[in-house]
Amino acid sequence: MKPLRLRRLSAQAALIPTWVIVIFAYLGTILWTIRISFTSSGILPKYDFVGFEQYERLFRSARWIISVQNLAIFGVMFIVGCLVLGFLMAVFLDQRIKGEGIFRTIFLYPYAMSFIVTGLVWAWILNPTLGIQHAMHNWGWTSFSFDWLARGDRAIYMVGFAGIWQSAGLVMAILLAGLRGIDEDIWKAARVDGIPTWRVYISIVIPMMSGMFVTAIVLLAIAVVKVYDIVVAMTGGGPGISTEVPAKFVIDYLFNRQNIALATAAASVMFVAVLVVLGPWLYRQYFRKERRAA
Amino acid sequence: MSDPIHPRGAKPRHLTPGRIGLYAFLVFAAAFFLLPFYVMVVTSFKTMPEIQQGNIFSLPSKLTLAPWVTAWAKACTGVNCEGIRVGVLNSFKIMIPSTFLSILLGAINGYALSFWRPRGGNLIFAVLLMGAFIPYQVYLYPLVRMLSMVSLYNTLPGIIVVHVIFGMPVMTLLFRNYYAAVPVDLFKAARIDGGGFWTIFTRVMLPMSGPILVVAAILQVTGIWNDFLFGLIFAGRDHLPMTVELNNIVNTTTGTKAYNVNMAATILTAMVPLIVYFVSGRWFVRGIAAGAVKG
Repeated sequence: MKPLRLRRLSAQAALIPTWVIVIFAYLGTILWTIRISFTSSGILPKYDFVGFEQYERLFRSARWIISVQNLAIFGVMFIVGCLVLGFLMAVFLDQRIKGEGIFRTIFLYPYAMSFIVTGLVWAWILNPTLGIQHAMHNWGWTSFSFDWLARGDRAIYMVGFAGIWQSAGLVMAILLAGLRGIDEDIWKAARVDGIPTWRVYISIVIPMMSGMFVTAIVLLAIAVVKVYDIVVAMTGGGPGISTEVPAKFVIDYLFNRQNIALATAAASVMFVAVLVVLGPWLYRQYFRKERRAA
Repeated sequence: MSDPIHPRGAKPRHLTPGRIGLYAFLVFAAAFFLLPFYVMVVTSFKTMPEIQQGNIFSLPSKLTLAPWVTAWAKACTGVNCEGIRVGVLNSFKIMIPSTFLSILLGAINGYALSFWRPRGGNLIFAVLLMGAFIPYQVYLYPLVRMLSMVSLYNTLPGIIVVHVIFGMPVMTLLFRNYYAAVPVDLFKAARIDGGGFWTIFTRVMLPMSGPILVVAAILQVTGIWNDFLFGLIFAGRDHLPMTVELNNIVNTTTGTKAYNVNMAATILTAMVPLIVYFVSGRWFVRGIAAGAVKG
């Protein structure tokens, strides 16, 4: 047997690629991004220091404000919509119904597809000239009007709607697994006590599945912050700038509008916001549990 | 637990109003989820005049395969008119090595972190957790600069490296969780028998990693295939993946919009992950649960 230290050495050696990635691709890039956000860089990075100038510009920019507002609208609509629809589908699927497998497959398949695909399909269905509206006129309902995708004040809701279509199945899958894990005895006890089913769900089942709900909410929240593809495919940020989102703001200013200082300031704001919201949860989820186990 | 209100009733009550409502909801929901797919398919088989006159929900009056042929071989992105087939090839070229390498790296990481308690293991773990949750926008610009310094920006190896980098957190967590359930005694026994780091990995751990390898492969194949952002930024003009080509074809500003071609191209792009989904069945759901990276 080789001495223990040597063994550990090969473990350390095996982790070299990981360390390179952690140091350069994760930590290094974050620090670099934050550094640039405090400069006056345009197309190329300049390493001067202008304090919070870019951040002030950022929050004076109408486009950024609209992006953040849209993220909030999309986020609330998407998370609430996915949770409600996903929960209902999970509960209804859990009633010993026929063809459960088929229903489950149908509810989840959109999640396998790319947000680009989802965005393009719904953009086509909601197309103001040839989509649903046209179909309704075709069927004789000539006063029917549905052009939300072309309206600046409504288009973001349509993006949220398409997002729900894509991801509600994810919540269904997670919550269905949770429902299956609930002890049959709880249902028997509730039956004996004559508690109505809906009451059992609200007062007993949902609290018991709180961990599953948190998992689902975290997954959905990550998707919200990253939302980019679906907007690009569905509206391209339009009409005008009415469906812009922060992730798209960063990409546009980095690669098309050549203002990397402003873009990195926006990226840094996103980073800090996510860290503040998720940090405590991550710590509780992983590190406290670790200590308890040890 | 099918119907807890009436525990002592006859066994299957097929047609109580409640059951009818239940099925009505499920059927309605199923219709809602299937509708876009139906619209995609019927649109892709229609001619453009029919699309302009008819409505999106009607079946094609005359089936035409022309949109599919165009989408595959002739659709234009700007001045290039080679169809989506170039993107298909690129997507495979990106997806296969990226999937393989990111799974390999994740498995090694998960194994090393679970059993060897390497120095700085907690730091790696914390950074990877962070990496799994933080928006990619923070990394993008410096990564572009770093990759161009080593001449990997806008190349096939470059986009593969990017997928490996950003696949690493979830892959590592996945394998770490899986190996955490492996009894430590098994590992200790292997070490007493003289097994080293790599011997134990290849002879003991990998052979028992079948299920998690399948889950990891499903996650990575669908995830990398569906990626748009990295392909757009890092792949370069010669290696654009299918999702980017698709968006370029559909949202191209030149010429009249051929909605039937667009929908055929969209279906083609969705095909690979959908096949993975339908073939893998319950494994896909396991992938979701695992991807949820529960501690």
